[in-house]
Amino acid sequence: MVDAPRRTPTDENDVLVHVDNVSVRFGRNWTLRNINLKIPRGQTLVLLGESGCGKTVLMKTVIGLVKPTEGRILYDGRDLATLPDREITALRTRFGFVFQQAALFDSMTIEQNVAFPLRQHTAKGRDELRRIVMQRLAEVGLPDNVVTKKPAELSGGMRKRVGIARALAMSPEIMLYDEPTTGLDPIMSDVINELILAVRRQHPVTSIVVTHDMHSARKVADRVVMLYPFARLGDRDSQVLYDGPPKGLDHAPDRRVGQFVRGEAGDRLMEMRERAMQRDTMTL
Amino acid sequence: MSSVPHPSSSETEEAPGGFVGSVADWIGDFGDVIVGYVAALGDFAMFVASTFNWTFTRLPKRETLMPNFYQIGVLSLPVIALTGTFIGMVLAVQSYAQFRALHIETRLGGVINMSLVRELGPVLAATMLAGRVGGSMAAELGTMRVTEQIDALASMGANPIHYLVVPRFLGCLILIPTLTIMADFMGVVGGWVYSVLLLDIDSHHYWHHSQEMVGAFDVFSGIFKSLFFGAAIALISCNRGFHCAPGAEGVGRAATGAFVQSFVMILAIDLLLGIFLDSVYLLIWPEGVSYL
Repeated sequence: MVDAPRRTPTDENDVLVHVDNVSVRFGRNWTLRNINLKIPRGQTLVLLGESGCGKTVLMKTVIGLVKPTEGRILYDGRDLATLPDREITALRTRFGFVFQQAALFDSMTIEQNVAFPLRQHTAKGRDELRRIVMQRLAEVGLPDNVVTKKPAELSGGMRKRVGIARALAMSPEIMLYDEPTTGLDPIMSDVINELILAVRRQHPVTSIVVTHDMHSARKVADRVVMLYPFARLGDRDSQVLYDGPPKGLDHAPDRRVGQFVRGEAGDRLMEMRERAMQRDTMTL
Repeated sequence: MSSVPHPSSSETEEAPGGFVGSVADWIGDFGDVIVGYVAALGDFAMFVASTFNWTFTRLPKRETLMPNFYQIGVLSLPVIALTGTFIGMVLAVQSYAQFRALHIETRLGGVINMSLVRELGPVLAATMLAGRVGGSMAAELGTMRVTEQIDALASMGANPIHYLVVPRFLGCLILIPTLTIMADFMGVVGGWVYSVLLLDIDSHHYWHHSQEMVGAFDVFSGIFKSLFFGAAIALISCNRGFHCAPGAEGVGRAATGAFVQSFVMILAIDLLLGIFLDSVYLLIWPEGVSYL
């Protein structure tokens, strides 16, 4: 563990993921509108925003779990939508996805969970698999005796760490963290933040972290992108409220960024009161 | 540049009021329901096509298949055997009075065994399987959907249909004939025990009439139908699990829906295959009696 992140310089022109004018709709509801992002290799990008603003949807779109309704995702210059299933499967071995609730397989032991991607894509023997599993679990600070346990027997923080170990199993090129500190106590949250930094230090990964935890965002981010919920967006507004370094968040020109950073509910409360008044008027 | 509509534009549109507005709303809602059903049918067709595609191109690993086979086949065996036994006995109880009145009670064997191998054995084995395994598959896959485990599989480059659906589909397809044979056998035993040991029907004549009435084609038709029942149970239940709505309520509805839809589908398939097999029978043996 380290006290401060060690930043590695990223080449802005070496783009690994290009989110090109992506919009996503579920049924009749739009979640994302015209999102444009270029994520250079080696960068740690934090997607910030209140619940329901489409952060997780954007991250799932990047990995191809959600198909964009419009626009495209270019990974290393290749459009995900044009790749055949077999290539997308191969490509996904280059991603490590840490889910919000870890999404460990209930029916498997911790060892089987961490070894799962290796069993799927490699022909490694039992001893080699166990060695890699132990190594990954050690990297996230878990003791050897967890390997025989089932996910239900572990605490939330431990499950998150197993999730990180599983995501790291295939030595991915890009790590995606979906609200990694949500539901954890402050100490465990900081442990997870340190792990995100340690992963970046030990492996040459590009990272995307979805969070609404400001402490986490400031600690791990090279760059912060803040999204705003589409349903409350003005006609000509961009859904991206802020795109820049974490230190610029406090001085962002858009006041909604400042309100989010400071955790002020001012505008939101006003909106809720206005809606309640409109509803009452319609009832009368 | 933006081609995506803004929510405010639809919110500010006012619908016509009064009777015309209500009718327009009703037609709109009705259209929504129809579109929803058509979309669900399309999703199911895609799901079935994908399952067949994976089944015939790449089989899952043995370590994935075996636990599913154990769950579907071995653990269902006792309940299906028990159901078969009771059905055989119930048939004897229900038919005895009428047959006794006509003094043809020794023919009970033929009726009981014919009903069992052609209809009740396969249909009740499938119904029990739909209740025991179908609901559980939908609930398990639904929980995996809700807790993002299915997304996790996909994110690790494992196809969820290949990994989760194909083993369950193969388990139901391959093992339901065995379960049907067990239900038939236990039903035959149950019917014989009740008729011969409790109702004092002569055993020799009981078996003689059974042999007269029940042919190999009857046994085959029951087992043949069971293959379709098994496939329907697996596909419907897995599809319900995969398209489970969020939350505990969604999982519950998926489990219930899986059983209800499977049961209705079992009965519909039973009718259609009954007609089809009867036609086949008459084609092979034109002098035979049609059941229609």
